[in-house]
Amino acid sequence: MGLLDQKFENGNIIITTADNLLNWARLSSIWGMQFGLACCAIEMMATGASHYDTDRFGVFFRGTPRQSDVMIVAGTVTLKMASRIKTLYDQMSEPRYVISMGSCSNCGGPYWEHGYHVLKGVDRIIPVDVYVPGCPPRPEALIEGIMKLQEKIRNESLAKKKTA
Amino acid sequence: MLTEFGRVLIFLIVGLIFVALGLVTAWLIRPNRPYPSKLTTYECGETPIGDTHVRFNIRFYVIALIFLLFDVEVVFLFPWATVYKDLGWFAFIEMMVFLAILFVGYAYVWRKGDLDWDKPEPKIPRYERGFGVREHQLVEEEVAL
Repeated sequence: MGLLDQKFENGNIIITTADNLLNWARLSSIWGMQFGLACCAIEMMATGASHYDTDRFGVFFRGTPRQSDVMIVAGTVTLKMASRIKTLYDQMSEPRYVISMGSCSNCGGPYWEHGYHVLKGVDRIIPVDVYVPGCPPRPEALIEGIMKLQEKIRNESLAKKKTA
Repeated sequence: MLTEFGRVLIFLIVGLIFVALGLVTAWLIRPNRPYPSKLTTYECGETPIGDTHVRFNIRFYVIALIFLLFDVEVVFLFPWATVYKDLGWFAFIEMMVFLAILFVGYAYVWRKGDLDWDKPEPKIPRYERGFGVREHQLVEEEVAL
Protein backbone atom coordinates (compact mmCIF):
# COMPACT_ATOMS: atom_id res chain seq x y z
CA MET A 1 0.00 0.00 0.00
CA GLY A 2 2.51 2.60 1.12
CA LEU A 3 -0.10 5.28 1.93
CA LEU A 4 2.43 7.54 3.65
CA ASP A 5 5.30 6.89 1.27
CA GLN A 6 5.92 10.12 -0.65
CA LYS A 7 2.26 10.41 -1.65
CA PHE A 8 1.43 13.89 -0.30
CA GLU A 9 1.86 17.30 -1.80
CA ASN A 10 4.34 19.64 -0.15
CA GLY A 11 3.47 22.60 2.09
CA ASN A 12 0.91 20.97 4.37
CA ILE A 13 1.12 21.78 8.06
CA ILE A 14 -0.18 18.35 9.11
CA ILE A 15 2.47 16.64 7.00
CA THR A 16 5.18 18.69 8.66
CA THR A 17 4.10 17.49 12.07
CA ALA A 18 3.82 13.91 10.90
CA ASP A 19 7.26 14.28 9.36
CA ASN A 20 8.70 15.35 12.67
CA LEU A 21 7.01 12.58 14.59
CA LEU A 22 7.88 9.78 12.17
CA ASN A 23 11.43 10.97 11.60
CA TRP A 24 12.01 11.27 15.32
CA ALA A 25 10.69 7.73 15.79
CA ARG A 26 12.87 6.39 13.01
CA LEU A 27 16.07 8.17 13.97
CA SER A 28 15.71 7.09 17.57
CA SER A 29 15.72 3.40 16.69
CA ILE A 30 18.22 2.80 13.94
CA TRP A 31 18.88 -0.92 13.99
CA GLY A 32 22.09 -2.01 12.41
CA MET A 33 22.78 -5.20 10.59
CA GLN A 34 25.06 -7.48 12.55
CA PHE A 35 28.01 -8.21 10.36
CA GLY A 36 31.62 -7.12 10.18
CA LEU A 37 34.24 -7.61 7.53
CA ALA A 38 37.61 -6.72 9.02
CA CYS A 39 39.36 -4.81 11.81
CA CYS A 40 36.81 -1.99 11.59
CA ALA A 41 34.30 -4.50 12.91
CA ILE A 42 36.33 -4.69 16.13
CA GLU A 43 35.88 -0.95 16.54
CA MET A 44 32.20 -1.34 15.67
CA MET A 45 31.84 -3.98 18.39
CA ALA A 46 33.58 -1.64 20.83
CA THR A 47 31.13 1.09 19.80
CA GLY A 48 28.21 -1.22 20.47
CA ALA A 49 29.58 -2.45 23.80
CA SER A 50 28.99 -0.83 27.18
CA HIS A 51 31.81 1.72 27.09
CA TYR A 52 30.60 3.69 24.04
CA ASP A 53 27.12 2.19 24.11
CA THR A 54 25.31 2.96 20.87
CA ASP A 55 22.17 1.75 22.58
CA ARG A 56 21.66 5.30 23.86
CA PHE A 57 21.18 6.34 20.22
CA GLY A 58 18.79 3.44 19.70
CA VAL A 59 21.36 1.58 17.63
CA PHE A 60 21.67 -2.08 18.25
CA PHE A 61 22.38 -4.94 15.95
CA ARG A 62 19.94 -7.38 14.42
CA GLY A 63 20.80 -10.72 12.93
CA THR A 64 18.71 -10.38 9.80
CA PRO A 65 18.48 -7.75 7.05
CA ARG A 66 14.68 -7.81 7.26
CA GLN A 67 14.75 -6.13 10.65
CA SER A 68 17.62 -3.74 10.14
CA ASP A 69 17.56 -0.10 9.02
CA VAL A 70 21.23 0.58 8.56
CA MET A 71 24.03 -1.50 7.15
CA ILE A 72 27.38 -0.54 8.63
CA VAL A 73 29.94 -1.77 6.13
CA ALA A 74 32.81 -2.18 8.56
CA GLY A 75 35.94 -3.29 6.82
CA THR A 76 37.58 -4.40 3.62
CA VAL A 77 35.08 -5.30 0.94
CA THR A 78 36.73 -8.04 -1.07
CA LEU A 79 35.36 -8.80 -4.49
CA LYS A 80 34.10 -12.12 -3.18
CA MET A 81 32.19 -10.35 -0.41
CA ALA A 82 30.88 -7.61 -2.68
CA SER A 83 28.20 -9.75 -4.28
CA ARG A 84 27.07 -10.91 -0.83
CA ILE A 85 26.87 -7.33 0.40
CA LYS A 86 24.77 -6.41 -2.62
CA THR A 87 22.42 -9.33 -1.87
CA LEU A 88 22.20 -8.37 1.79
CA TYR A 89 21.48 -4.75 0.90
CA ASP A 90 18.77 -5.89 -1.49
CA GLN A 91 17.22 -8.01 1.23
CA MET A 92 16.96 -5.14 3.68
CA SER A 93 13.52 -3.60 4.01
CA GLU A 94 13.07 0.04 3.09
CA PRO A 95 13.82 2.67 4.24
CA ARG A 96 17.41 1.51 4.45
CA TYR A 97 20.68 3.31 4.96
CA VAL A 98 24.34 2.50 4.57
CA ILE A 99 27.24 3.73 6.68
CA SER A 100 30.57 3.08 5.03
CA MET A 101 33.06 2.68 7.88
CA GLY A 102 36.78 3.03 7.36
CA SER A 103 39.09 3.70 4.45
CA CYS A 104 38.71 0.25 2.90
CA SER A 105 34.99 0.47 2.32
CA ASN A 106 35.20 4.19 1.51
CA CYS A 107 37.66 3.86 -1.33
CA GLY A 108 39.71 0.69 -1.01
CA GLY A 109 42.06 2.14 1.59
CA PRO A 110 45.54 0.59 1.64
CA TYR A 111 44.43 -1.75 -1.14
CA TRP A 112 43.69 1.13 -3.46
CA GLU A 113 46.60 0.57 -5.82
CA HIS A 114 47.69 -3.05 -5.57
CA GLY A 115 44.68 -4.77 -4.02
CA TYR A 116 43.70 -7.07 -6.85
CA HIS A 117 40.98 -8.61 -4.66
CA VAL A 118 39.43 -5.53 -3.06
CA LEU A 119 36.50 -3.47 -4.22
CA LYS A 120 37.61 0.17 -4.51
CA GLY A 121 34.83 1.57 -2.40
CA VAL A 122 31.53 -0.02 -1.41
CA ASP A 123 29.67 2.85 -3.11
CA ARG A 124 30.37 1.12 -6.39
CA ILE A 125 27.73 -1.48 -5.57
CA ILE A 126 25.35 0.12 -3.05
CA PRO A 127 24.37 3.73 -2.31
CA VAL A 128 26.19 5.06 0.75
CA ASP A 129 24.66 7.68 3.05
CA VAL A 130 27.51 8.41 5.44
CA TYR A 131 31.24 7.90 5.02
CA VAL A 132 33.26 7.50 8.21
CA PRO A 133 36.96 8.13 7.58
CA GLY A 134 39.73 6.40 9.51
CA CYS A 135 41.79 3.26 9.45
CA PRO A 136 40.08 2.04 11.51
CA PRO A 137 37.89 4.90 12.77
CA ARG A 138 37.69 5.27 16.51
CA PRO A 139 34.31 4.52 18.13
CA GLU A 140 33.77 8.28 18.54
CA ALA A 141 34.07 8.65 14.78
CA LEU A 142 31.50 5.92 14.16
CA ILE A 143 29.18 7.57 16.67
CA GLU A 144 29.54 10.81 14.74
CA GLY A 145 28.67 8.90 11.58
CA ILE A 146 25.55 7.58 13.27
CA MET A 147 24.64 11.11 14.38
CA LYS A 148 25.13 12.36 10.81
CA LEU A 149 22.74 9.66 9.65
CA GLN A 150 20.25 10.75 12.31
CA GLU A 151 20.58 14.28 10.98
CA LYS A 152 19.83 13.00 7.50
CA ILE A 153 16.77 11.09 8.66
CA ARG A 154 15.57 14.14 10.61
CA ASN A 155 15.54 16.19 7.41
CA GLU A 156 13.70 13.62 5.34
CA SER A 157 10.10 14.22 4.31
CA LEU A 158 7.09 12.16 3.39
CA ALA A 159 6.24 14.74 0.76
CA LYS A 160 6.39 13.70 -2.86
CA LYS A 161 9.78 14.25 -4.41
CA LYS A 162 9.76 16.89 -7.14
CA THR A 163 10.78 15.32 -10.39
CA ALA A 164 12.55 17.92 -12.49
CA MET B 1 -20.60 -10.83 35.94
CA LEU B 2 -17.21 -11.66 34.53
CA THR B 3 -15.89 -15.09 35.41
CA GLU B 4 -12.20 -15.90 35.83
CA PHE B 5 -12.03 -17.29 32.32
CA GLY B 6 -13.90 -14.23 31.06
CA ARG B 7 -10.80 -12.22 31.93
CA VAL B 8 -8.69 -14.66 29.93
CA LEU B 9 -11.07 -14.16 27.02
CA ILE B 10 -10.70 -10.38 27.28
CA PHE B 11 -6.91 -10.79 27.33
CA LEU B 12 -7.14 -12.95 24.21
CA ILE B 13 -9.34 -10.44 22.39
CA VAL B 14 -7.15 -7.47 23.35
CA GLY B 15 -4.07 -9.42 22.28
CA LEU B 16 -5.60 -10.24 18.90
CA ILE B 17 -6.68 -6.62 18.33
CA PHE B 18 -3.20 -5.40 19.33
CA VAL B 19 -1.45 -7.68 16.87
CA ALA B 20 -3.95 -7.08 14.08
CA LEU B 21 -3.74 -3.30 14.56
CA GLY B 22 0.03 -3.38 14.37
CA LEU B 23 0.08 -5.50 11.25
CA VAL B 24 -2.60 -3.44 9.49
CA THR B 25 -0.91 -0.13 10.37
CA ALA B 26 2.42 -1.42 9.08
CA TRP B 27 0.73 -2.69 5.91
CA LEU B 28 -0.86 0.73 5.34
CA ILE B 29 2.15 2.97 5.82
CA ARG B 30 5.21 0.95 4.85
CA PRO B 31 6.94 1.50 1.52
CA ASN B 32 6.24 -1.32 -0.89
CA ARG B 33 8.77 -1.66 -3.68
CA PRO B 34 9.40 -5.36 -4.12
CA TYR B 35 11.84 -6.74 -6.64
CA PRO B 36 13.12 -10.32 -7.08
CA SER B 37 16.45 -9.85 -5.32
CA LYS B 38 14.75 -8.31 -2.29
CA LEU B 39 12.33 -11.20 -1.96
CA THR B 40 14.97 -13.94 -1.96
CA THR B 41 15.39 -16.07 1.12
CA TYR B 42 17.92 -14.72 3.61
CA GLU B 43 20.86 -17.10 3.70
CA CYS B 44 23.58 -14.80 5.09
CA GLY B 45 24.07 -13.27 1.66
CA GLU B 46 24.54 -16.58 -0.10
CA THR B 47 22.33 -17.70 -2.95
CA PRO B 48 19.82 -20.18 -1.53
CA ILE B 49 20.30 -23.60 -3.07
CA GLY B 50 17.85 -26.51 -2.93
CA ASP B 51 15.13 -27.32 -0.47
CA THR B 52 15.12 -26.41 3.23
CA HIS B 53 13.67 -29.84 4.06
CA VAL B 54 16.94 -31.71 3.75
CA ARG B 55 17.37 -35.29 4.88
CA PHE B 56 19.71 -36.12 7.72
CA ASN B 57 22.09 -39.00 7.36
CA ILE B 58 20.64 -42.14 8.95
CA ARG B 59 23.97 -42.78 10.69
CA PHE B 60 23.26 -39.89 13.05
CA TYR B 61 20.27 -41.84 14.30
CA VAL B 62 22.31 -44.81 15.54
CA ILE B 63 24.88 -42.57 17.21
CA ALA B 64 22.12 -40.52 18.87
CA LEU B 65 20.39 -43.64 20.14
CA ILE B 66 23.58 -45.03 21.66
CA PHE B 67 24.37 -41.65 23.17
CA LEU B 68 20.92 -41.48 24.73
CA LEU B 69 21.36 -44.90 26.38
CA PHE B 70 24.62 -43.97 28.06
CA ASP B 71 23.30 -40.55 28.90
CA VAL B 72 20.49 -42.19 30.87
CA GLU B 73 23.08 -44.41 32.53
CA VAL B 74 24.84 -41.31 33.86
CA VAL B 75 21.50 -39.94 35.05
CA PHE B 76 21.08 -43.15 37.09
CA LEU B 77 24.63 -42.88 38.42
CA PHE B 78 24.14 -39.48 40.04
CA PRO B 79 21.40 -40.42 42.58
CA TRP B 80 23.23 -43.65 43.19
CA ALA B 81 26.37 -41.71 44.09
CA THR B 82 24.47 -39.54 46.59
CA VAL B 83 22.96 -42.46 48.55
CA TYR B 84 25.93 -44.78 48.06
CA LYS B 85 27.27 -44.26 51.59
CA ASP B 86 23.98 -45.20 53.27
CA LEU B 87 23.34 -48.33 51.23
CA GLY B 88 26.88 -49.67 51.18
CA TRP B 89 27.73 -52.96 49.45
CA PHE B 90 24.18 -53.64 48.30
CA ALA B 91 24.14 -50.47 46.21
CA PHE B 92 27.59 -51.17 44.85
CA ILE B 93 26.73 -54.68 43.60
CA GLU B 94 23.39 -53.52 42.26
CA MET B 95 25.00 -50.77 40.22
CA MET B 96 27.76 -53.07 39.00
CA VAL B 97 25.11 -55.46 37.65
CA PHE B 98 23.41 -52.56 35.90
CA LEU B 99 26.71 -51.35 34.43
CA ALA B 100 27.62 -54.90 33.34
CA ILE B 101 24.36 -55.22 31.39
CA LEU B 102 24.99 -51.92 29.67
CA PHE B 103 28.60 -52.88 29.04
CA VAL B 104 27.46 -56.00 27.20
CA GLY B 105 25.37 -53.75 24.99
CA TYR B 106 28.34 -51.45 24.50
CA ALA B 107 30.58 -54.37 23.49
CA TYR B 108 27.89 -55.58 21.09
CA VAL B 109 27.59 -52.16 19.44
CA TRP B 110 31.37 -51.89 19.18
CA ARG B 111 31.74 -55.37 17.71
CA LYS B 112 29.00 -54.70 15.18
CA GLY B 113 30.85 -51.62 14.01
CA ASP B 114 28.01 -49.19 14.79
CA LEU B 115 30.43 -46.78 16.47
CA ASP B 116 32.43 -46.37 13.30
CA TRP B 117 31.24 -43.64 10.96
CA ASP B 118 31.99 -45.85 8.00
CA LYS B 119 31.19 -49.48 8.66
CA PRO B 120 34.28 -51.64 8.00
CA GLU B 121 32.34 -54.32 6.16
CA PRO B 122 29.26 -52.91 4.58
CA LYS B 123 26.88 -55.58 3.41
CA ILE B 124 25.80 -54.71 -0.09
CA PRO B 125 22.75 -56.72 -1.02
CA ARG B 126 23.51 -59.10 -3.90
CA TYR B 127 20.84 -60.41 -6.15
CA GLU B 128 21.28 -64.02 -7.16
CA ARG B 129 18.76 -63.87 -9.93
CA GLY B 130 17.43 -61.13 -12.11
CA PHE B 131 19.00 -58.11 -13.64
CA GLY B 132 19.21 -55.24 -11.08
CA VAL B 133 20.82 -51.84 -10.92
CA ARG B 134 24.14 -53.35 -9.95
CA GLU B 135 24.20 -55.65 -12.90
CA HIS B 136 23.40 -52.77 -15.20
CA GLN B 137 26.34 -50.93 -13.69
CA LEU B 138 28.65 -53.89 -14.31
CA VAL B 139 27.53 -54.14 -17.90
CA GLU B 140 28.07 -50.41 -18.37
CA GLU B 141 31.57 -50.69 -16.92
CA GLU B 142 32.35 -53.51 -19.29
CA VAL B 143 31.06 -51.52 -22.22
CA ALA B 144 33.13 -48.54 -21.11
CA LEU B 145 36.26 -50.69 -20.97
